[in-house]
Amino acid sequence: MNCGAARPRSQTETVMDLVFEYQSQLIAGTLVTIQLALASLAVSLILGLLGAWAKLSPNRPAQKLAGAYTSIVRGIPDLVLILLVFYGGQVTVNAIGVSTGLWGYVDVNQFVSGFLTIGIIFGAYFTETFRGAIMAIPRGQIEAGISCGMPKSLIFRRIIWPQMVRYALPGFTNNWLVQLKTTALVSVIGLQDLVYNAFTAGRSTGQLFTFMAAAFVIYLVLTALSDIGLRALERRYSRGVVRAV
Amino acid sequence: MAEESALKVQDLHKSFGAHKVIRGVSMEAQKGDVIAILGASGSGKSTFLRCINLLETPNSGDVYLAGEKIRMKKNRHGETVPEDIRQVERMRSRLAMVFQGFNLWTHMTVLENVLEGPVHVQKTPKAEAREKAAALLAKVGLSDRADYYPAHLSGGQQQRVAIARALAMDPDVMLFDEPTSALDPELVGEVLGVMRDLADEARTMLVVTHEMGFARDVSSKTVFLHQGEVCEEGAPSKLFSNPDTEQFRAFLSRMN
Repeated sequence: MNCGAARPRSQTETVMDLVFEYQSQLIAGTLVTIQLALASLAVSLILGLLGAWAKLSPNRPAQKLAGAYTSIVRGIPDLVLILLVFYGGQVTVNAIGVSTGLWGYVDVNQFVSGFLTIGIIFGAYFTETFRGAIMAIPRGQIEAGISCGMPKSLIFRRIIWPQMVRYALPGFTNNWLVQLKTTALVSVIGLQDLVYNAFTAGRSTGQLFTFMAAAFVIYLVLTALSDIGLRALERRYSRGVVRAV
Repeated sequence: MAEESALKVQDLHKSFGAHKVIRGVSMEAQKGDVIAILGASGSGKSTFLRCINLLETPNSGDVYLAGEKIRMKKNRHGETVPEDIRQVERMRSRLAMVFQGFNLWTHMTVLENVLEGPVHVQKTPKAEAREKAAALLAKVGLSDRADYYPAHLSGGQQQRVAIARALAMDPDVMLFDEPTSALDPELVGEVLGVMRDLADEARTMLVVTHEMGFARDVSSKTVFLHQGEVCEEGAPSKLFSNPDTEQFRAFLSRMN
């Protein structure tokens, strides 16, 4: 018996200690991931609404432009686009700086480049989600608005928007979850997000599995929280919908 | 000068592509007139009605509401378009429409459907609009359904809500586009009942319908459209007992 001596630590405890030792890096990485996801979401919501509006407008050039946007962006692997924008952007910005003499050498910020790229990619998916949602609203309801003298802006605000949100929510949830996970790709351009920090910690401790498992759990918590929040929204926007019991 | 007619339509033409749907229809309604518009399917009667409030843009022809003309112009592609969309919106708010498919806003309750136009288009104070909406729902017999959503109502109830929604705008003229055609036969009566009450109040109404009984008993004037033209028109007592045209006679015998 080794009374008095320190109780040998179990395997789990050792692993947990290790993770807690690096908790500040993991938390910092998680915050970067969340900020990146939210910033790119804002970009893709704006692009998605503009894209859906353009695709549904009678304006031919606008339709064509939005069509080109969605088919090009959806046809390129996310990773390729992220690398292209970051390195290509760097080269382009500096080339412009040199030729105009307006600025010297600039480092393109990984965060900005990352959220813009992911925002642009998912804007294409949101375009399709919003377009489908708007088309799901019966035309007659719009005509009812027109025929009582509503201006277009009022029809959008009072009739289209509330119903569009409901029709778009399932697709929105899907896009958002993929978007949140896609932020992991920006670690390749050196942005210190959750994956980057977990990977670095794993390598320096030789416990890659442990830290990847920690990242796994954190991503799962983030997606689960999103799911809960979006379900609540879905309930709120389903007013007047008859559900099968 | 004589009093302006409530609604005047002059020489209206409308084509979809090469297909001429309306070929020069004119119509005039005095205040309190109930004009029943009959015609076989494809005769252009619904299109005609939808051209009056510009849900469809006519290729040519003029619409006057209480003497005020809806101003149209040609755009650079040679298409006819409204000159001033604000004017069109103002005219539309005085021309309420009731649709075949009810077209209630499904995300709003019955009461919210009726309040929408007065509160958001006419900027009526909410309390005043509520009071009026309650009275209108009572009038169409749906006071107890104010907080229901359209999906929980029968077709006949939905159409009565749609009529209350139209009445809430205090329209000068009401346009009914086959208001009972989507209803189960046993629900038609309740909607026609409400429309009869409106006719008795001397509301000005244009009613596109297949209900011969309504046209015969309620309308002050019946118009029969055939292939986009007015084929026969006049007092229903005359038209139904002694039609002038072969087309209307044939139509009547098909309907009976």
